[in-house]
Amino acid sequence: MSGDATNERSGRQSEERAQPPAEQARNGARPENMNDGTAAPMLSARDLAVQFTAPGGRVARAVDGVNLDLRPGEILALAGESGCGKTTLARTLLGLERPTAGTVSYGGSALRYSTKALKRYRRAVQLVLQDPTGALNPRHTVYDAVAEGLRIHRVHDNERDRVADALSRAGLRPPEKFFLTYPHELSGGQRQRVVIAGALVLEPQIIIADEPVASLDASVRGEILALIMRLRDELGLAAIVVTHDLGLAWNIADRIAVMYLGRIVEEGPVDRVLTEPRHPYTRALVSVLPNSPVPEPVVLSGEPPDATEVPGGCRFHPRCQVLASGLAEQAGVADACRRTDLPVLSAETRRPPDTAGDPGQSAAGDTGSRVACHYAHATTASPA
Amino acid sequence: MSGDGTSERSGRRSEERAQPPAEQARSGAQPTSMSGEEPATVNGDANTTGGNGSGTAKLRSARSIVWARRRAALAGFWRLYRVQGAGMAGLGILVAITLITLLAPLYSDESELRASNAPGGRMESPSTEFWFGTDQVGRSILTMVIWGARVSLQVGLVAALLAVTLGTLIGMAAAHFGGWISWLLMRLTDWFIVLPNLVLAIALVIALGPSKVTIIVAIALTSWASTARVVRAQTMAIEGRPYLERAQALGAGHWHQMTRHVLPNLMPLVLASATLQVSSAILAEASLSFLGLGGPEMSWGTILERAFSAGAISVGAWWYMLPPGLAILLVVLAFTLCGRAMEVVLNPRLRGN
Repeated sequence: MSGDATNERSGRQSEERAQPPAEQARNGARPENMNDGTAAPMLSARDLAVQFTAPGGRVARAVDGVNLDLRPGEILALAGESGCGKTTLARTLLGLERPTAGTVSYGGSALRYSTKALKRYRRAVQLVLQDPTGALNPRHTVYDAVAEGLRIHRVHDNERDRVADALSRAGLRPPEKFFLTYPHELSGGQRQRVVIAGALVLEPQIIIADEPVASLDASVRGEILALIMRLRDELGLAAIVVTHDLGLAWNIADRIAVMYLGRIVEEGPVDRVLTEPRHPYTRALVSVLPNSPVPEPVVLSGEPPDATEVPGGCRFHPRCQVLASGLAEQAGVADACRRTDLPVLSAETRRPPDTAGDPGQSAAGDTGSRVACHYAHATTASPA
Repeated sequence: MSGDGTSERSGRRSEERAQPPAEQARSGAQPTSMSGEEPATVNGDANTTGGNGSGTAKLRSARSIVWARRRAALAGFWRLYRVQGAGMAGLGILVAITLITLLAPLYSDESELRASNAPGGRMESPSTEFWFGTDQVGRSILTMVIWGARVSLQVGLVAALLAVTLGTLIGMAAAHFGGWISWLLMRLTDWFIVLPNLVLAIALVIALGPSKVTIIVAIALTSWASTARVVRAQTMAIEGRPYLERAQALGAGHWHQMTRHVLPNLMPLVLASATLQVSSAILAEASLSFLGLGGPEMSWGTILERAFSAGAISVGAWWYMLPPGLAILLVVLAFTLCGRAMEVVLNPRLRGN
């Protein structure tokens, strides 16, 4: 990607990102995604499953078959409601949780879980936690918090300069002013910047952010999100942003993966997925956004999912509004919804040329959005 | 305690009032925030935001940054400790006793503790020459108490240090590693908790042969268990905090997590518990010595034991029993006062009302 294109892209994005989804869809295409499918994935998950044994011997399938690819310079949003396994997935990608089955691979080779290999991996892949107040040790100064990664990895040269550099990259300037400050003397946004600086100081390739702005107030959110995007543009960082907020995903991400009960149910370019959601669950999530492309707000009925009792058939079927309204019956897939398990969405091996789509184009299958839904498969000609 | 809290609080307020509004807004949240875990609050503020110009000029290297932080933390601790009357009284007593004990060779003669070199007559009552009278062979009780302090304090401090170190290590290991290691360590801890301490200590001393080292070991081995319990609980609480997850994600191993995050956060608890442990170790030493299990060195417990066997009670020689007893009381009280004051400084929930 040439420099010009990047500039143009970010310029356009900043204009367009402020708009709500439907508005944007009307105005036309969103800029092309940075990743054009040619780059090899940096981080990928194959058939990843993580199970926990709950008290009483029940097994919670927190992550239950996930395929995921992250390409260089790409921001991927992982969306879904609480308890759908997105945080567990993020932790597993970081190697903080060992998968029960499947593999995480970085740079083409599967992640090994020896102490040494993990330590090396963790220089390249960094975590930003949801709550910056908790993520910083209250007894450590900002300097210590940022320098911690350097000390762990025994990078002793120019420690002070590296810390100062990371702090100013994270937008804390002048960095010297913050060296001796304690976390409780900073605002929430500043704390999150310190956490980000602590991740940046090791010059990582990938940042995995678990709800990075959920605990911040609205005015600070934008700044932190802008920071993450600037880091991508300046340093070429790839990022996975875990969020329950689709608006956030819209603002920041190139691609989005919507999770439900341990599986990815729909995955594709963020503009495609959010303007033309195909999975009923995604539709329900999108329908309650302002200016939603889904005309009627859908309020999901039924109980929130329990990972210890994954329903048979499509795992969303007990709450599915399409099945409940009889549309699935008309399409002749109601039985399949209740009985036939859906295959795990495969990670894309080949992305169709991203034409940045004509919004009027209805066949969603050809623009890289993939969905795990019997109804969606039945109603579009080509199952994705 | 409530009085202390109030005065401390008003002191703080006046300090804050002097600051400009913006500054104040920043530090306003401190007294209620996590500041208890972080003693360097107001001072740190002055250092970083107020005294910015001078502060940044000095921050050339990582080492100077670390030292600047430690100085600020210590100053903050002292500022909070200073306002506690009871704690200061305890500290004063301890300083005085330490000075008297350390300087003993300058103003008294150790050779007078030998029965052959006794300066006075048998069981003399207090006089201007012998303030606390003499014992059954004519030694000055005051000299005996002063020199006995060396052994008592030494045993108390070393045994407490050992016990707390052992308890902290076991507690941290039990919390960190979990699984069967934790199970094993905690059953061991339970076992030591339910055993009667004194009986176990007596058995140990008899088995190992009475001496100063034996007594120290016996006391340490019988008193680490409660520390281990408390430390385990606290370690588990600390390990649940997100900053440990962050450290883990940064690549930190067990050692880094324990020494950089868990231990510093345990320190307040451990320090306060160590100070209180000294009191009980001194008492335990006195008990063991009084039961005749002390070493050849003279400690307060030994003096009491000799007074008892010399029939000081039937003779009515109150000056033989009271000085060592009061010395024990005073030192235990001083350590307890200091320990409680430290707890209050380091644990914000105990502060004020």
